[in-house]
Amino acid sequence: MEKNKQHLKNKLGLLGWLGGGRYGMERYAYALHRLTGLGLLTYFILHIFVTGTRIAGPQAWQQTMQSFSTPWFKFGEFLIFVCFAYHGLNGLRLGITELGLMLGKPARPIYPYRSSVLRQRPFFVVVMILVAAMIVIGGTDFYLLNR
Amino acid sequence: MRESTLWFWHLLAGAVILILLALHMTIMHLDDLMGLLGLSHGDPIDQKIVFARSQQVFFMITYILLLGAALYHGLYGLRTILFELTLSRTLERTVNIILTVSGLALFVYGAYAAAVIYLMKEVQP
Repeated sequence: MEKNKQHLKNKLGLLGWLGGGRYGMERYAYALHRLTGLGLLTYFILHIFVTGTRIAGPQAWQQTMQSFSTPWFKFGEFLIFVCFAYHGLNGLRLGITELGLMLGKPARPIYPYRSSVLRQRPFFVVVMILVAAMIVIGGTDFYLLNR
Repeated sequence: MRESTLWFWHLLAGAVILILLALHMTIMHLDDLMGLLGLSHGDPIDQKIVFARSQQVFFMITYILLLGAALYHGLYGLRTILFELTLSRTLERTVNIILTVSGLALFVYGAYAAAVIYLMKEVQP
């Protein structure tokens, strides 16, 4: 096993992460899950330091927030909200299917074959609709109701 | 530690994040919608509101819990992505050490900040 591992080569590299190949829409959902995850992680590490400015007191906090009050930062925050909506709800789908739920009962492979990916497809569609709804709700708050 | 145990903690941390980050996002970014429902009062990043929130035990504890869960979930996810590049054993060990040390350092700093701000008596409203 260990010996074989050393001989394996990831020939696709970055394309292997992002490309869907012959696979279905879940493969792109997987790539987007990773991309949003990396975006959230980057933001989160910066967020730890930004919120850490509260140690210096309320004035320091207010100054930090004022320096971030530009339309571009607001758009960036909205993107983070979108990433959270997608990564969170798609992650919930992945967790549920990981536990074997929403995949149907195991059965003999009788033609025409129906894989577990196809069995969970309606669930996937519902989750994507929920993601879209969350983005609309977030967009409404960020850009229409903003005080 | 076994890989399946690390993966289980990754899923568990994801569930914790989903709950706590949904709460955080609702408070911080859906404040206008919450205001329409009478559940929000004022700008959530205003200094008085931020410090009043940070000095409640519930928020201090959930901030630290969210910090730990998000760091573990995020850095374990990054490790998974990097390991899929089929790294050498030496590189895998190096990645493990870098991610563990930086994760612990970020956790200590974030938890320290949350605790210090919680104990800042002079700015209590």
